[in-house]
Amino acid sequence: MDDLRETDQDDTPTVRTLRERFPEGILSTTIVRHETTVLVPASEIVRVCRHLKEDPDLRYDFLSDLTAVDRFRDRPRFELVYHLYSLQFKRRIRLKIQLEEGEPAFSVTSVWGTANWHEREVYDMFGIAFEGHPDLRRILMPEGWEGHPLRKDYPVQASPKWWEEGEAR
Amino acid sequence: MTQARVMTINMGPQHPSTHGVLRLVLELDGERVVRCIPHIGYLHTGIEKIAESKRYQLVIPITDRMDYLAPLSNNLAYVLAVEKLLGIEVPRRAEVIRVMLTELTRIGSHLVWLGTHAIDIGAMSVFLYAFREREQIQDMYEQVAGARMMSSYFRVGGLFADLPEGFEKRVRSFVASFPARLDEYEDLLTSNPIWIQRTKGVGVIKPEDAVDLGLSGPSLRACGIPWDIRKSHPYSGYEQYAFEVSRATHGDAYDRYLCRIFEMRQSVAIVRQTLERLPDGPIAVQDPKLTPPPKPLVKTSMEALIHHFLLWSEGFRVPAGEVYQTIESPKGEYGVYLVSDGSNRPYRVHFRTPSFVNLQALPRMVEGQLVADVVAIIGSIDIVLGEVDR
Repeated sequence: MDDLRETDQDDTPTVRTLRERFPEGILSTTIVRHETTVLVPASEIVRVCRHLKEDPDLRYDFLSDLTAVDRFRDRPRFELVYHLYSLQFKRRIRLKIQLEEGEPAFSVTSVWGTANWHEREVYDMFGIAFEGHPDLRRILMPEGWEGHPLRKDYPVQASPKWWEEGEAR
Repeated sequence: MTQARVMTINMGPQHPSTHGVLRLVLELDGERVVRCIPHIGYLHTGIEKIAESKRYQLVIPITDRMDYLAPLSNNLAYVLAVEKLLGIEVPRRAEVIRVMLTELTRIGSHLVWLGTHAIDIGAMSVFLYAFREREQIQDMYEQVAGARMMSSYFRVGGLFADLPEGFEKRVRSFVASFPARLDEYEDLLTSNPIWIQRTKGVGVIKPEDAVDLGLSGPSLRACGIPWDIRKSHPYSGYEQYAFEVSRATHGDAYDRYLCRIFEMRQSVAIVRQTLERLPDGPIAVQDPKLTPPPKPLVKTSMEALIHHFLLWSEGFRVPAGEVYQTIESPKGEYGVYLVSDGSNRPYRVHFRTPSFVNLQALPRMVEGQLVADVVAIIGSIDIVLGEVDR
């Protein structure tokens, strides 16, 4: 249980390089269970991602995953979580940005093509809009669905009335 | 002028060669695909939402239902994530059994892929042979877990039960006979002119596009990028096994076929090594707050009874924090992002499923190809819609 403590150290090569070359891109760093999390200002996310991808000493060329967490009742309410991987250096890093309810995020589809569907899923499940996304529509839920199922204030066992009544839409 | 020549047709969701409920809107110019727009979500079951209301141990059965052809790989990724957050290590015997069964799962999953991919292209007999061998693996699941498909055999902290008697013998005879079976499949396909015509140069994707689109697993390795999480970030003791990572160069359907055949051979090698080094010992961590006490003890010891009651009524608590655990599932990078708030239920679980991400590469593979090749290409990226839609 020893390495569960949160440290504010920057002893990973990635964080050191990022801090040197992109100081305005880091709000804070935590390392838990050998996993590095960097909190990034929401306005800087696209530039930080592009830097992480293109810097020859970092080369985070693979976007593993992009998802969101609803910190319901906290402000800001949403966290967007990016898991990046460097195929060359075999390193992982987690980026996070925080968003208020209704605040759009900037799309990273221009950096990684794979972000397209991930961002559509986040939009579908959490109702977070992405500026600069080429094709932002629901992906898993039917078109015209009301609400965003993975929000914490969306009930687990409930569906919209029109769905239960079998009304065609 | 061009506008008038393009015809839009709908393929799926009820179409046998989409391997589930995938719907594609294809824009065709004659027989050429101009544009392909996948529509998914027909099998969405809200797994991530349901998981938030279940205790940690009770999430395991719903992970089976994502990639239902490789249930134990899904189980493994999830239990490893919880164990990482708990900061525990499972006993050696449990670890080796986990590796043995997930490698058998890989073979089983690749066999279904091989059979269905071949039948899509018109090779009927391969399907029957592949399912004959897969049946043996399903029987093994049944023997260890009691279920053929939704096995849920792994638990946080170890395994559900020890291997039943005679199981090792069964695995031994399977790995003894299976390589010859693989040779038979290869006799039927690898240098078969029809197979080559239908797959070589079909669905080509360039390595830089594959990385951009987040492709992983055999589909990425077929482009010449030998990334295998079992090697780059070993889990469950994979660093102790000798095996090779598949690799090909052309990034077409034929190379993806070669990669998967190669992987099955490597999986046989890993299963052999697990049989050799299977140690004796406990199959779960000896922590009464995490794993249930032996049943006879519950009837005689008050303390064991209390532990049993607490585990079944409340479960265990996991320290607050977050982890991202990835494994090399048969289809690619399977990631579990787990957020805990310190309670007995996950605050948020996200499953980064390889099929969902790999499917996104489909339009880039089929555009410019013949409509008949769409079927071959869908088969070659090996998707399971349960995992795409979750």
